[in-house]
Amino acid sequence: MTKVDSHTVLWGQTIMYTAYCLAIISVMAWFAVRITKPRSSREITPRVFYVWVGFLVILGVSLHLFTYNTIPWVKDDLHGSKNFVAAYDISVGDHKFAWGEGNPQLQVPCGKLVKFSVTSTDLTYGFGLFRSDNSMVMQMQVVPGHANDLVWTFEKDGVYSIRSTEYSGPLGYQMVEKDAVKVTGCGQVDTRALGATR
Amino acid sequence: MSTFMETLVHGNERAFKPESLTPMQKLTLKYVVFGLIYYGFAAIEGMLLRLNQVQPIESIFYPKRYFAMLTAHPLVGIFGSSYLLVFGAFTFLVPYLLKKPLWSFKVANWTLWLIVVGVFTFWFDGFLTHYAPLYTLYWPLPADFHQFEPVAGAIFIVGVALVMVGTLLFVLNVFKTLTYTPAGWGQQPAGRILGDALGLTTLRNVLTGRMRHSSETDHLVGLPVAAIARGTVDVFLNALIITFSGVLILVYMIGEISGHSLKTTAVDALLYKNWYWWGLDLVADGLVLVFVAGTWYLLASLITGTDVFMAKWARFALGLELVVSWTVWSHHLLSDQAQPAMLKVGSGEMVTAFELITQGLAFFITLVTLYKARPLAMTNELKFLLGGLLGFALAVPAGIMQADAGLNRILHNTQWIVGPHVHVAVLVGLTMTLYSAVYVLLPILTNGAKLYSQRLANIHFWCHLVGGIGMGAFMGMAGLQGMLRRTIYYNGEYRPYMILAALSGALLLIAFACFLVNIVMTLGLTGAVGLFHKSDRPVEELLPGQVPEPVA
Repeated sequence: MTKVDSHTVLWGQTIMYTAYCLAIISVMAWFAVRITKPRSSREITPRVFYVWVGFLVILGVSLHLFTYNTIPWVKDDLHGSKNFVAAYDISVGDHKFAWGEGNPQLQVPCGKLVKFSVTSTDLTYGFGLFRSDNSMVMQMQVVPGHANDLVWTFEKDGVYSIRSTEYSGPLGYQMVEKDAVKVTGCGQVDTRALGATR
Repeated sequence: MSTFMETLVHGNERAFKPESLTPMQKLTLKYVVFGLIYYGFAAIEGMLLRLNQVQPIESIFYPKRYFAMLTAHPLVGIFGSSYLLVFGAFTFLVPYLLKKPLWSFKVANWTLWLIVVGVFTFWFDGFLTHYAPLYTLYWPLPADFHQFEPVAGAIFIVGVALVMVGTLLFVLNVFKTLTYTPAGWGQQPAGRILGDALGLTTLRNVLTGRMRHSSETDHLVGLPVAAIARGTVDVFLNALIITFSGVLILVYMIGEISGHSLKTTAVDALLYKNWYWWGLDLVADGLVLVFVAGTWYLLASLITGTDVFMAKWARFALGLELVVSWTVWSHHLLSDQAQPAMLKVGSGEMVTAFELITQGLAFFITLVTLYKARPLAMTNELKFLLGGLLGFALAVPAGIMQADAGLNRILHNTQWIVGPHVHVAVLVGLTMTLYSAVYVLLPILTNGAKLYSQRLANIHFWCHLVGGIGMGAFMGMAGLQGMLRRTIYYNGEYRPYMILAALSGALLLIAFACFLVNIVMTLGLTGAVGLFHKSDRPVEELLPGQVPEPVA
């Protein structure tokens, strides 16, 4: 069975939002035609309004409850889980990532909780992992003077690049470390993250 | 002279006579003219940025210039275009709806020119010096003098400060107009008027259980003006925060220029981010939503000639939106790991979800108001209003999705944020609502000028609607594939999406060109120039021959 990763979640979101967009555009098109026609005997009562209010309340709250219980990283993320098996310390400064002599490829176990600790010595940056097809696995902000720790469980084997996801001046777009992270141990391979250059 | 040239010079059927305008009409139209000029700035700049996303042209849009443009683009769009259009409309509408003279015509004039000059100052500074900390100004980037010249930054901040001074004068004028007693009038109950405008009457009704039996006649201030007053509270708070942050940055610049470099670590970057987003979010999640809801109610009421459906709940929702806007900022910090989880869940997720409720109510109330008055003629103001409603119906849920802790982890800073949410909200939701207001106000402000071409108005509508939604959609698709905002891709990683987004952007430009031609041909070049000639009429006159009657 395919494990749920960011790719799966984004597909789910794409389908739901596209369906919603098509529905609301259709409703508005119908409405635009309908209001030019003479009125029928049926009128809209305040009761319809109160039902609508209830619907909005349920919708607003249930989205977060739904994602909390279905997206695999949310609970560890919000609770700041300490049950990680490996930690990776990365420093950022002067628009460069650094984690040891020559930035060796980070070896990460698949299917286990790991922690990325990223610290900035000067500006606000971002830290994101990306597949070979440039799709995103996850990201966080890297704020100077604060601990920026992200716990994560990889669901598939793969090779991922690090990219700064926050603007830090005109040099920031160059902050890419190709194929910097290698995840092994699950057997199931992320076919969008095969790596190439390292 | 050919008919075309005749119309170009003198306007459609010579119906527009600028010498017949009152000072208030001329002033409002000047706000509109500059608002549209700056919209043109932002649109052309946006199109150039978009072309560079299709195929980077490094010789022209090298990174320093590209990011300077990216810094100026939203600021010119919001302050130069949206603020001027909204402030101009409200400077006219508040006295018009209250049937009371504006507190100070001179202050309204100062507001216009301070914003016009301030926007040009920071735009031109960015163009010349490439000062590019983006509108987010994440600490300590605006004070990073390894990347930016302090003098360049100081001029930029002065430009923003001029806009903020103009903004504060607008706030003063709105609240003084509400509460002052004009000469010859009976004493106005300033406290009660202010309390009613800000929602205290409704709050009292809710707390005492009288909400069920209350009606619009209980209120001293009409619903649209109440919306303007409440949105103006957020305008005020936002201006304070931006001014405070600007002064802080300016202190660092002055220190650097005078040879006394200050340590940027003296300011906590996360605390700064919290207060800055608290203030900045009062625009996106505060005044825009409150003003837009109020404008929908006003437009629906004017188009149908009826009262707003469930008006007391519309008032309540406006007050709720104001309170919500003070407490939602943390959704911008869902990816900041040092931000307390309590704030992420409470402010970032749950309170933000209330915007679905408040905007959903405004959407529903407006639609029902229109529906109950059917059959309606599909006028320009109605079709643009429906476009604006659709824009927010698309953009608000997109925003609620990214304000979710789980989804934000894979959406933050991608093109999703700025496409389906920001650009659809601003270009389709806000701008089409403003166009609807422009079509309503045009005959009132021009004493009956005749629109040059309905066909151009139709092209404007469809190109804008399709272009705006299309651009947001293709940016969103790229975002879901991992494309970040605020960066440059040199290897054509997302080119198919960016080509489609650029074509959509081109539709937006065509739409704007059609609108501009239509307005110029309606007013004529002599009419447009005539706006800048002083009116001989008294400033108390809102419309020719209409001086608000004293109220005992």
